[in-house]
Amino acid sequence: MKPGSEEYRRRAQRNVALALTLGALVVLFFVVTIVKLKSGS
Amino acid sequence: MSDLVAYDERVANLDAAAVDNTAAVVRRIDPTVSDYVALLKPRVMSLVVFTGVVGMAVAPGNLHPVLAFVALLCIAIGAGASGAINMWYDADIDAEMARTQGRPIPQGRILPGEALGFGVGLAVASVAMMGLVVNVAAAGLLALTIGFYVFVYTMWLKRRTPQNIVIGGAAGAFPPMIGWAAVTGDVSLYSILMFAIIFMWTPPHFWALALFRCGDYARVGVPMLPVVAGPRETRRQILIYSVLLVPLVVAPWGLGYAGLLYGVGTILLGAGFLGLAWRVWRDQDDTGATRGTDKPAKQLFAYSILYLFLVFALMAAERWLGLVA
Repeated sequence: MKPGSEEYRRRAQRNVALALTLGALVVLFFVVTIVKLKSGS
Repeated sequence: MSDLVAYDERVANLDAAAVDNTAAVVRRIDPTVSDYVALLKPRVMSLVVFTGVVGMAVAPGNLHPVLAFVALLCIAIGAGASGAINMWYDADIDAEMARTQGRPIPQGRILPGEALGFGVGLAVASVAMMGLVVNVAAAGLLALTIGFYVFVYTMWLKRRTPQNIVIGGAAGAFPPMIGWAAVTGDVSLYSILMFAIIFMWTPPHFWALALFRCGDYARVGVPMLPVVAGPRETRRQILIYSVLLVPLVVAPWGLGYAGLLYGVGTILLGAGFLGLAWRVWRDQDDTGATRGTDKPAKQLFAYSILYLFLVFALMAAERWLGLVA
């Protein structure tokens, strides 16, 4: 697989999507924790 | 049963081929992000999420917006996970039907094992998150929904009985109950009514589709009603279920859960549904086949989606406008 190839581009796209998903989950869990702590549950 | 064994062997061979470095034969194209999104059946997911939102909207009580978002996310991911597992199991027949040939597994973009792992992973994650963040009742109903769709509908009923979508339709009917349970932590008569509406709506919706997609289902051996009992019986069953559906949809008004807007709206929408179901019944020759190009069945299929959307939109609108307590 060479940089610039179609396969390379698709793999990079999947990696970015996975990173964004994991980042979003980190933010979500943080916000949920704050909400739960504030509501005392 | 032999078909299932043959399919299992085929899937095993596909995975073995991938391990043997002959994946090029199996994986013809490298997958994109949109292929994984397609595994989640986003169009089905949108209706599931919408009915889940309405279940939450009409439930008595309040849920913090962040927790409500998480509940909807879990419903969406759970529905998507069911879709991915369904595509893994049905890859053999998907490859033979025009409507499903373009899916990622038949196209060779995603391996069957990858779809299974993706689906199971998301299913477990969505149920666990619902249980930890929202409540156990909603998580239990979500697990029941996923299990029902995968094991009862996909693996047990779909290839065995023309009643597949009648009983299997329960899986698509659970989301408003899950939404309701996310807010209240329990199940009530109104949430059961919302379940019953979608449950009763599913047969005429899918049989209208099956009437003009009959050839596809027959070719792959899925015993949809038109394939097994013929188009005349299918048209009769569509009419019967439509007659049962319309008063059931109006029932929340009669029982005091919904207001006048909902009552009048659903009566008018129901008249349209019955009118189209009647046209589907009339659109047959001596053998039960369509007189033309199945236009009434296509119209009923399209209208049924709009109908369900508007019925649930009316429920939510009344609550948001303060027209019901």
